[in-house]
This record gives sequence, structure tokens and C-alpha cells, in this order.
Amino acid sequence: MGIVGNTVRSARFRRSRWVLTAILCVYLVYTLIPIFYVVTASTKTNADLFGTFGLWFSDDFHLRENLVDLFTIQDGIFLRWLGNTFFYALTSAIGAAFFALLAGYAFAKYDFAGKRLLFALVLGAVMIPQTALVIPLYLLFSKVGLLNTPLAVILPSLVFPPGVFLMRVYVEEAVSDEIIDAGRVDGAGELHILSGLTFRLLMPGLATVFILAFVAAWNNYFLPLVVMSTSDQFPVTVGLAIWYASATTGSGGNLLFTVVMAGSLVSILPVILAFLIMQRFWQGGLSAGSVKA
Amino acid sequence: MTRFLAGHRPRVIIGKKIAPYVLLLPFVLVFVAFLIVPMIYAFNLSLHKTALVGGTRFVGFDNYARAFVDPNFWSGVWLLVRFGFIQMPIMLSLALAFALILDSGLVYARGLFRIAFFLPYAVPAVIATLMWGYIYGPAYGPLAQIAAFLSLPKPDFFSENAILGSIANITIWEYTGYNMIIYFAALQAIPADLEEASKMDGASAFTYAVRVKLPMIVPMIIVTIMFSIIGTLQLFSEPYLITNLARSVINSHFTPNYYAYTLAFTAQQYNYSAAISFVLGAVVAVFSYAFMLASNRGTR
Repeated sequence: MGIVGNTVRSARFRRSRWVLTAILCVYLVYTLIPIFYVVTASTKTNADLFGTFGLWFSDDFHLRENLVDLFTIQDGIFLRWLGNTFFYALTSAIGAAFFALLAGYAFAKYDFAGKRLLFALVLGAVMIPQTALVIPLYLLFSKVGLLNTPLAVILPSLVFPPGVFLMRVYVEEAVSDEIIDAGRVDGAGELHILSGLTFRLLMPGLATVFILAFVAAWNNYFLPLVVMSTSDQFPVTVGLAIWYASATTGSGGNLLFTVVMAGSLVSILPVILAFLIMQRFWQGGLSAGSVKA
Repeated sequence: MTRFLAGHRPRVIIGKKIAPYVLLLPFVLVFVAFLIVPMIYAFNLSLHKTALVGGTRFVGFDNYARAFVDPNFWSGVWLLVRFGFIQMPIMLSLALAFALILDSGLVYARGLFRIAFFLPYAVPAVIATLMWGYIYGPAYGPLAQIAAFLSLPKPDFFSENAILGSIANITIWEYTGYNMIIYFAALQAIPADLEEASKMDGASAFTYAVRVKLPMIVPMIIVTIMFSIIGTLQLFSEPYLITNLARSVINSHFTPNYYAYTLAFTAQQYNYSAAISFVLGAVVAVFSYAFMLASNRGTR
């Protein structure tokens, strides 16, 4: 809560307030510089990107042209990548959040055989190196013909162990045993208690897990890099990385740095907007998660 | 066998006993199918060897024996240990300092700072690396431009000595705000009555934050260190993506995950690659466990 009740503001208090704000401003500049660089670079011609100062705009405002290039190069493949990313992230996050809700609820409100072992397994899963999972997944998917299909990215993303952990803690906090017992006395089935009585209470936690799973899936690079082989299935991360590589090695010919920058700008905006709009949810959910941990 | 529940509408049949299993079923299904099964499959792979002549055969722990003395693997681990000792203290202490400052209420515009610091987390690692790759750029990057303007020598962010710092900076940029939010949430959860009647000026607010509040979130700090250790040892995307810019410094076994990736998808050595992944998993477990032991001893 900070010092809400403080009414006597000494000179010393005000001075330290300015000093600390100044310190945070330094880091604020550091945080925003790369994003600002992407914004200015997206508005330049390729010649100006090299020829003018990187952290300011040039006279030739080229944003519209870069965006037109971005969405028309290679028959507008970038829009396809955006669509893929959105589709993969949305389906993964909905599934992952829903499964995490059910599992977290079970861990929080029931005793059952094997509970401790299962929960330890779920937590231990975060230690598994990406390659240890992705390489066998690649081989297994190739056996069943799932390689280079959306399912190859979506199915593994449904497993989101941090979501289970967070939901468990959240359910323990937000749902009292009294509500559940009252439901039982009224003769409601267990699933009916969850869907009817407690679901509303769980919404903030569910939103938090959804957002975290969505961001994880939106930002995923390694899995699609391995399991997707044709350009029309790539998410933005894989596609842009390939454009970037061909721009740096000069093999892309007409692929311009500025287009890659415009692509970066376009692909980070939706997530940033989602975060800003939904901040009430995820901040609430995270703070609940931190009470117990 | 049918059971009738006298005179009622059809009742929900799922009772207290089987409800947890029903609830867990969807998660456990995907957990087994896309985590346990691939792990078992990979472990089985790691016990075999594929040769051009003779096909695949069982070799027991030969691949592990090879991995344990593979300098390419251990050089990657050693690199990440050095990396971790630079990156983690900077990132986590910044995150902690910012969280304490924001929590103390001793700043203007705390909502703005909180959101702005967290924003990089929403930027995919791929794009973060790409952005910093441009900023580091020797020919056109703004830092090189500033150096040229001040007639300083051009900084080389991709040299042997600088590369770790350059990558560390990218990950610090990405994750400081995320850790800060976690600390901040933990600090906010501390009941406010602890600081009742506090007419604090800057100095006593500082003492209060460090002496009273900081110790209370130590468990949370330990959790974030654990996750940072795990994340650090799995570093892949950032070095992989700037390989083109630092060809002479970043090789195919720069980090263990990079090595496993190259082995599998460039050399088609899936068996050995699987063994490398498991040894890396063991290294992660050992580091995490050692840290847990150390922190238990430290907090006792």
C-alpha cells in the first residue's frame, strides 16, 4: 500500500521522491530505446536507416511504403504468419488455461491418491530442456504425419505446467471450502459446483493463466522452428527470423532491413495492447499467486 | 446394473471420490501424450546408435559416456555458468530494487513505470534479439553512430570478449520487468498494518523496505532465482539468432541446447542429441538442487 496515510511531507521525503523517480526514469529510457528504435526504423528508407541517426526520424517518412512492402512481399506471406501466430496462440491458450483451471482446482480442493507425486511431476517439468522435448516430438510427429500441421504446434502448447501451479494457488485463495460444502449440502454434483458456484470467483485467475499461456505461445520460437517446414505454416517469429537472416547475409536481394523492422513493430503491437488492456486481470492474478509461494 | 435415485431428475453422478480424477483427466492426457511419452521416446533414443552400416542398435549408456567427456558440451555449460554469474545478479537485483522502490510509494507515476518495465516481456525473444542486433550493428547501429560522432573507436558487440555481455543485456532487457512484477506483487501482498502509523520520510521508508519487507519475500526471491537458473541453462534463441552477426564467435555448440539442436537437425545424430539433452537436464537438476540446499542453509 505504500505510504498512503502520510500527510506530513518533509523536504527530505520530497527530495528522495525525486531522486528515486529519476533513477527509474533512467531505466525507463533503457527499456524504451529498442522499441523506439523499431518505431523510427520502420519509418525510414533503407538508405536512411544506414545514413541517418538511428534514434530519430529522418525527413523522408517512409512508414506507409514499408507497411505496403511488408504486407505484399512474397504474396503477402506476412499476413499469413500473423494469422498463424494468432490462431496458434489463441487455441493453445484457451486449451491450456482451461486444462490448468480444472487440474489446479483438483489439486487445491481434493485429496486423492498420488496427488503429491503428480504435482511434483508437473513442477519438475519446468526443468526439462526444450531440446529434450522438441526433438522427440519432431520424430514422433513425423511418424504420425503431424509435421508441418497446426496441431504440431498447438498440441504440445496445451501442456502449461506454470498455469496448473498458479491456478492451484489461486483456487486455494479465492474459493472457500464453505462454498463447496454448501453446494454439496444442496445436492449439487462436484462439477456443477465448479461450473455454477465457483467459476465466477476463478475468472481473474483464469484470465491470468490465459494471458501467460497466450504470451508464451505467441512468443514461441523453438517448437515451430523445428516442426514447421513450409513458409505458409510459420508463425511470425519463425518467418521474421528467416527474413532477418537473409537481410543480414544479403542473400534476400529485395528484402530490406526496414521491412523486417516494420514487421517487428506490427507483431509486437497486439501483445502490448493486450497487456495494457488486460492489466487489471493479470496483476490481480499474479499477486494472488505470490501470497502463498 | 442401474441405480435409481428415488424420484429425482437425473442427478450428476460424479461424486467427491472420482471428481478430482475427472478434473485432472484433460491435463494429464496432454501431459502424458506430449511430455511423458516424448521423454520416454527420447530416453530410448539415447540408448541406441544409428550407423550407416548395420542400422540402429542398442548401445546402453555409450552415448552418455561420450557426452560426459564431450568438450563441446561442457564448454557450453561453462559458458552459461559464466553468463549466469553476470546476468542473474544484475537482472534480479535491478528487479528487486525497482519493486521495492515502486512498493514504497516514494515515486511519481508508479503505474507508468510498472507497465513500461514489464513491456519487454511481451516482446518475443526473437524480436528482442533482432532489435538489439540492429542497435549493436557495427555499420549502422545507433551506438556505433554515437561512438563515431564522439570520435571514439567503434564498439564491437560481437567480439569474443563482448558477446556474453551483449547477450546478457538482451536477456536483462527482456526479463527484469517480469521479475520485478513478481516481487512487486509479493511485496503488495504483505499486510499494510505492519507499517501502521508510519509517518515516514525517505530514510525510514528505506529502512522499512529493506529491513522489514525484503526478508518477507525471500521465498519468492528463491523461486525467481531457481527459474533464472533453469532458463539460463536452456539459453538458445538469442545466440542462435545472432549467429549471423557474430559468425567467428558463436559456433554450433555455443550453448548445450544449441549443440543438441545442431546435432539433431544438421548432423542427424538424433541418438546422441537425445543423450546430450538428458545430460543437460541432469545438469539443470543438479544446479537447482545445489541452489535449494544452499538457500535452505542460508535462510535457516
